[in-house]
Amino acid sequence: MVDIIHYLILSGVLFAISIAGIILNRKNVLIILMSIELMLLAVNLNFIIFSHFLNDLSGQIFVFFILTVAAAESAIGLAIIIILYRNHGTINVEKLSGLKG
Amino acid sequence: MIEYITIGPEIVLLTCTILVLVIDLFLKDKNITYYLTISSLIFTLSAIILLVPQSKQIIFYGSFISDNLSALLKVIVVISVLFTLIYSKNYLKEQKMLNGEFLTLSLFALLGMMIMISSANMLNIYLGLELLSLSLYAMVALQNKSKTAAESAIKYFVLGALASGLLLYGMSLIYGITGTLNITQIGAFFIENQPDKLSILALIFIISGLGFKLGAVPFHMWLPDVYEGSPTPVTTYIATAPKVAVFAIFLRLLTEGFITLHIQWAQVLIVLSILSLVLGNIVAIAQHNLKRMLAYSAISHAGFIMLGLLAGTNIGYSAAVFYVITYAITTTVIFGIILFLSHDNKQCENLEDLKELNKTHPWFAFLMLIALFSLIGVPPTVGFYAKLAVLHAIIDAGYSYLAIIAVITSVIGAFYYLRVIKYMYFDKNQNPPQLNKNTNFLMKATITINALIILALGIYPAILMTYTTYVMK
Repeated sequence: MVDIIHYLILSGVLFAISIAGIILNRKNVLIILMSIELMLLAVNLNFIIFSHFLNDLSGQIFVFFILTVAAAESAIGLAIIIILYRNHGTINVEKLSGLKG
Repeated sequence: MIEYITIGPEIVLLTCTILVLVIDLFLKDKNITYYLTISSLIFTLSAIILLVPQSKQIIFYGSFISDNLSALLKVIVVISVLFTLIYSKNYLKEQKMLNGEFLTLSLFALLGMMIMISSANMLNIYLGLELLSLSLYAMVALQNKSKTAAESAIKYFVLGALASGLLLYGMSLIYGITGTLNITQIGAFFIENQPDKLSILALIFIISGLGFKLGAVPFHMWLPDVYEGSPTPVTTYIATAPKVAVFAIFLRLLTEGFITLHIQWAQVLIVLSILSLVLGNIVAIAQHNLKRMLAYSAISHAGFIMLGLLAGTNIGYSAAVFYVITYAITTTVIFGIILFLSHDNKQCENLEDLKELNKTHPWFAFLMLIALFSLIGVPPTVGFYAKLAVLHAIIDAGYSYLAIIAVITSVIGAFYYLRVIKYMYFDKNQNPPQLNKNTNFLMKATITINALIILALGIYPAILMTYTTYVMK
């Protein structure tokens, strides 16, 4: 029998993987973008699990909004990456160190 | 029908924004778009003032709240955006940024902030915050030929998205524990039930997410880079109004939703505020870039704002509201003068660029002096009274050691503000700073009024203080 706690562990692990992906990644900005998407999906999973077990619809409605915002967010993220590539000629994270102090 | 009157200011702003967006497509002269934007801000401001609710109103099934606090903070947010746009006109024009995109994005960001201030539901908080953040990411990246702007945009984007993710994860856990998204009902749940470990974890996630947006240490890494890298008008925008809006969410969540968990969140805020005060003030001393220095100053002021919150009393909350309002007003003056001193080919970037400002423009040097004194907290400027109110509140709440840390770090912090004043008044310079030649009378009058507000509120703080006490009742 799959209990609520198993689902929650799954979403928690997904969330942890995405945070690690953002912090440990030293190569490519696109991987960071993927990690951000994964993080939002972990949150969505959490909302759906709770919505199902609480028998309450508002969690599922929240998920629709998160999905929409995530789409807008990745659109803006990709646009910024294009500007970055045009100006720096690379999207390598390590090479972005112009601002320091 | 009454519901649509309550949400009136937002409807006015959204209508104006869409009109500006569409009319801009057919206009060759972008000055007209600019004046349309300014007039939409004035319409919104008058709508807020005309529609101040008689009593607290919660509409749309408990998702939108309108009370005196939201009216006060909305007025401040709209005024700071108005001042920002007035000061930055020449800069935008010379950098070829005075276009429909910048202006409509700034209006959309303002709409997001107004929704944040009025939200009584976690869904509304998230949507308002994202409307603000997404507009700001685009505004930072708008100067698409600049290397630093692109770099700071990607940093802002990644860390901002991370913060939203942390906030959302906390919200989802709270939803699972309480079974509701409504802040008032969350508060009612925690009065009846003892908080368990999971709810404290969720609370920490929410505070970290909001701490990111406010720029509290250890979530401050994006702030200096974004302040330095973005075009100065965008820095001005980020430095003033969004702080007020994020603070409003902090206030609503902590005082309505989690008031019974005060002991737990006060501990988190104590750590955040001590770190912010110490690191912000000490690292700022080492900075030579003006905007970067102001970023670290913003971090230390975020620490002060959180001190007011963690007192957990009505005096503390009203002191924090007072602090954040006066901080927003003061910062606009400083950035306004930086914008006025920037030219087509030479930007006012480093501290040295301000040397001998007193000789060329004594009046602007004086206005800058008032604003810097206010950030230090020297009487008779308002910064003194704001700091006094916060310190009074935390000593009353029994956190004397925090007051001592706050005072010591403020004294350390006085050094880097005073250094700017020394540069302006006593140092020699080969080519002293010149005012942008297109600075017109309206801009000069606005910045003078803005700076004199700081002085007037410092002499009669009761004007604002009675109001901030009243809205927190």
